[in-house]
Amino acid sequence: MINVGDEIPPRVFWIDRELLKKYADASGDQNPIHQDEAFAKSVGLPDVIAHGMLTMALAGKFVSDWAGGAAAVKEFSARFVKPVIVPAKKEVDLTLSAIVAEVDGATVRLSITATSNGVKVLGMTRALVVKS
Amino acid sequence: MLNPDSVGRTFHSAKSFPVTASHIAAFADVIGETDLSVAPPTFSIRISLEQSQDLLTDPQVGLDWSRVVHGDQKFEIFKPLVAGDIVNCSSTIENYKVMTGNEIVTVRSDLRSGDELVVSTWSTLVVRA
Repeated sequence: MINVGDEIPPRVFWIDRELLKKYADASGDQNPIHQDEAFAKSVGLPDVIAHGMLTMALAGKFVSDWAGGAAAVKEFSARFVKPVIVPAKKEVDLTLSAIVAEVDGATVRLSITATSNGVKVLGMTRALVVKS
Repeated sequence: MLNPDSVGRTFHSAKSFPVTASHIAAFADVIGETDLSVAPPTFSIRISLEQSQDLLTDPQVGLDWSRVVHGDQKFEIFKPLVAGDIVNCSSTIENYKVMTGNEIVTVRSDLRSGDELVVSTWSTLVVRA
């Protein structure tokens, strides 16, 4: 039985420069701010940052695993509020948690929280899933 | 600045995107997904974002892509993409506003496999002042 207010067990994904390169190749987004430190700094960023859509893809994995697979996800939205900063030769965390916001039979709306290094990186993150 | 006449304009992809097993496998590998029977929920960004970029950087639309940051993203998935889908994408500039000098553009992309609408996705892009 799923109830409004239930918490989904939190989970941590680890992000490093190698993962950014893999995501760039898999998504086709080769923007150098996600790979080239000198370039990122030249446009005023503190360091290389992760693709917002990589953060969202990992949140999608968190949601799909809980719901019973990728096909369970019917709606998914997020706002990119702060970048995930990825220094060289380091792994940074993406910490995900979620709470059940609405339940209608097997259809569940989740409200998701995503932080990295203690900073909230996604806002207004919602998923509508049909849980199996 | 964006040409105001481009709001409401719909751009149809010149060519379709064939989803392959290796596209899905590469995307799934990044997030640790081992079930490759359907594409991950955000996979379709691979198809829609490139299209949005083509649309918005068209000289008639006039947006400076080098100053674009991704504001938010929403997906409605009617049917998950699978290997073998031949996807056509049509994108429309749904909304445009200027706030404190930043241009905020919302592009909706409808992805069809054959005649069937499979994913609608909205990207809000912010052109920094």
